[in-house]
Amino acid sequence: MIQTSPAPEAVGLTRDEYEELTRRLGREPAALELRLFGVMWSEHCGYKHSRLTLRSLPAEGSRLLQGPGENAGVLDIGGGWAVAFKMESHNHPSAVDPYNGAATGVGGIIRDVLSMGARPIALLDSLRFGPLQDAAARRIATGVVAGIAGYGNCVGVPTVGGELVVDPRYAGNPLVNVACLGLLRADAVARAKASGEGNVVLYAGARTGRDGIGGAAFASAELDERSEHADRSAVQIGDPFTGKLLIEATLQALAAGGVVAIQDMGAGGLTCAASEMAARGGVGMRLDLDAIPLRESAMRAEEILLSESQERMLLVVRPEAAPRIAAIFHRWGLAAAAVGRVTSEQTLRVHRGGEEIAALPPYALADAPAYRPAAEEPAELRARWSVALPAPPAGDLSGILLRLLASPDIASKRAVFRQYDHSVQVRTVIGPGAGDAAVLRIPEAAPRGVALAIAGSGRVCALDPYRGARLAVAECTAALACAGAEPVGVTDCLNFGSPERPEIFWTFRRAVAGLADACRALRIPVVAGNVSFYNESPSGPIPPTPVVAMVGLIEDIGRTCGIAVRRAGEVVFLIEGAPPGLEGSAYLHVLHAAAAGRPADVDLPVHARVTAFVRTAVADGLLSSVHDCADGGVAVALAESALAGECGLDATLPGAGRRDAVLFGEGPSRFILTAPEDSAVRLAALAAAHGVRLAAVGRTGGSQVRLRVMERGEGAAGDGDVEPAPAHWDVDLSLEELAGAYNALSEVFA
Amino acid sequence: MRFGVVVFPGSNCDRDCVHVLRGVLGRDVDELWSGDPSVAGADALILPGGFAYGDYLRAGAVAATAPIMAAVREFAGAGGPVLGICNGFQVLLEAGLLPGAMLRNRSLQFRCQPVHLRVESMRTPFTAGLRPGQVLRMPVAHGEGKYYAPEDLAARLEARDQIVFRYCDASGRPADDANPNGSLRHIAGVCNAAGNVVGLMPHPERASEAILGSTDGRLLFESVIAVLAARRRAERVPV
Repeated sequence: MIQTSPAPEAVGLTRDEYEELTRRLGREPAALELRLFGVMWSEHCGYKHSRLTLRSLPAEGSRLLQGPGENAGVLDIGGGWAVAFKMESHNHPSAVDPYNGAATGVGGIIRDVLSMGARPIALLDSLRFGPLQDAAARRIATGVVAGIAGYGNCVGVPTVGGELVVDPRYAGNPLVNVACLGLLRADAVARAKASGEGNVVLYAGARTGRDGIGGAAFASAELDERSEHADRSAVQIGDPFTGKLLIEATLQALAAGGVVAIQDMGAGGLTCAASEMAARGGVGMRLDLDAIPLRESAMRAEEILLSESQERMLLVVRPEAAPRIAAIFHRWGLAAAAVGRVTSEQTLRVHRGGEEIAALPPYALADAPAYRPAAEEPAELRARWSVALPAPPAGDLSGILLRLLASPDIASKRAVFRQYDHSVQVRTVIGPGAGDAAVLRIPEAAPRGVALAIAGSGRVCALDPYRGARLAVAECTAALACAGAEPVGVTDCLNFGSPERPEIFWTFRRAVAGLADACRALRIPVVAGNVSFYNESPSGPIPPTPVVAMVGLIEDIGRTCGIAVRRAGEVVFLIEGAPPGLEGSAYLHVLHAAAAGRPADVDLPVHARVTAFVRTAVADGLLSSVHDCADGGVAVALAESALAGECGLDATLPGAGRRDAVLFGEGPSRFILTAPEDSAVRLAALAAAHGVRLAAVGRTGGSQVRLRVMERGEGAAGDGDVEPAPAHWDVDLSLEELAGAYNALSEVFA
Repeated sequence: MRFGVVVFPGSNCDRDCVHVLRGVLGRDVDELWSGDPSVAGADALILPGGFAYGDYLRAGAVAATAPIMAAVREFAGAGGPVLGICNGFQVLLEAGLLPGAMLRNRSLQFRCQPVHLRVESMRTPFTAGLRPGQVLRMPVAHGEGKYYAPEDLAARLEARDQIVFRYCDASGRPADDANPNGSLRHIAGVCNAAGNVVGLMPHPERASEAILGSTDGRLLFESVIAVLAARRRAERVPV
């Protein structure tokens, strides 16, 4: 091995890191070995800057079958079944090549869930783009949506929900976070822990090519002007057809018996999969590169070891089972080859052409150094809290509601989700746009179902990352409550700028603390997650964007609920677990282009009481519709429910203070419900039992949405006691006018 | 009575069809691998939706040459009921078992949404149990569903009662804005000259249980079950 090693910087390592790896090896690394360290110790693979902070996240729970540290978390849903769950980012690839970046993001997360032995049954995505009137942002947005559709539709996993947010701070660095849920037998969780000297290392799936080489390192640096062209070869190319074959073949292989461990080859490719599996099991491996199925013959060892070609799995199988397992993959038209053996000495030995070309301890590769970066509160943070709110508007507020409904974050995402197959696998009971959470039935564990919610606000987190992260957790539990679901687990995707900048790392630490506190208080384990740092472009870092995805359990799928008003003549109720505020609201963002004030914190004990009430009311079948008040406040929530049900409503909203705050202000633990008159008494009793105040504020019917804020001195309507129609309305719009504004995105994604 | 659901590499609605036939309707179902050359034992065949062979060529073009297709052709030629759903419909078109062709949707995008269908013909085993003009609601989910036939062929299909379903609004009126893909003459489904081979783009298997929003799709399966049962009874009656 007479080769001059590259400088550590050339493989993305610091001098200190070079010294550390030399110390661990007890010698200088060879050139190839140094490159392997460069990838495995990249931020993307090694979680160098986040690992110590992430330890504070709670990962205990009675349903937890597998927590962080594997390819996905696994939760017991009862009836002998479990769900695997994970979210990951594919931000940088999507910035450079929107279609393929997003498509391989979908493929990658599907294989993480598949690695746990689960059949993937649902996808959700959380997207952030620059303003869609800009051609560049529109190209990225439409490309990402097409990529998600192109992969998800073909692979046959429904995309059942998600969110799409637009902000100028994401223009140079969009976010594409994809979550996947899989279903498996609770007693058949597969794991990625290699063991058993002499067991066969089996490569399966697509052949290895030259795409995605250095993808992990690319994901661990800021984007610059050259990225679109220079980094294209770091983006993987997905093949959903092969992805679909891989799902079927892998599930059959796992069912056939003899598989000891399995992991997909994602970031860091073969090197990452082999070293992580060996490190988890405290064993070594001998890999023979000559046995790796290649797309082209003249690939260099380094390319084979670091290729991030898609649709590939690495298995450890018992020797006698190897031919049988390989035959299963062959039957599906996939490559399968024995490429090595498990050894008892803790060394990963790589051979090519009869020669050993690398010999490294797997734990040294898989266990990157962990840092405690400096953290400092951003200087301008508190100044933003004291920015004065704009003066309240006078006169009719209808125009404000229309502008909010037409803003991309709030507007109907129908133009997006109709491009996604959301009904394949015949599980989707509440699909995109029909509820705050997506609802899937699980006939295997009947009558159970699961609900999925996703939330995260960079706008709010830029003002207060701690409260913003807590609010994201609260919004997910609110959405699950609307579906009648009990939260059982969280996966997160933490998108931030460079952790080497103290004012950014401070926001990361605060967001993780908020997430940890909220999940601990609500007793929801964080079962898996992903950190994406270096989300920066020449125009600066993205706002801190922790995205939370939550899975909830519905005991009886026959008792769930959507947002759509169902019939005229029913009572509209408002639950206000917290007062509405304009701080950090969509109203300020859309109407005044302002991010000002400090968002109110969520009172978690109150929130737990309110969500328990909503969940029980849904499970008891008392409600016709339920919707949590999120962006745009109660006015937007009422308009959305009316539009979804094509039925108007009148409401008189209680509240002291500014009319705009009452109608458009935001806060956690706020819901609107509709219910028939004859469930009002039971509903009131249930609310009282939970210590929740329920206000009857209006009635469904007609083809207008008419809203007014109660005037000073006007008595609050008693429970179930609705006022006669008043003389004037603050908002008075026809369903047609509302729909016109709400469908604003249909042209962008046409 | 046995159903055969053909599974091509890349089919992704095969399990959904099996679920409805076996789990909802209580029928025996065989999953028939497209690489095998036989459909023996099946009384009716379903070609399910998906992306057979990835649909990287024209949708259904590669699948139409799969080993099982000779047996499907023979089964159809003998009058056996065959239903192609979505990608299965595209495969039957490419195999020449149904007339016409598919183009990319008018929007040039994939479309997943509920649609209404009007029953145009009851001469097929899958629609014999329906009413003429009956309006059904079920989802579509496809990118290449714009049905096309040359004018003379389209006229012949009309004349010979080979148009089985048309996209329509909730009241049963065929209309442009109720047509999700720009299909010629709002055609959503057709049959062969004999009427035993039917293809449609919408997914009846996704509309076969109330919890999923519609049970209209089940009517197609129940129709063929009734036809097969009647045939069996007729066979049993001594002449």
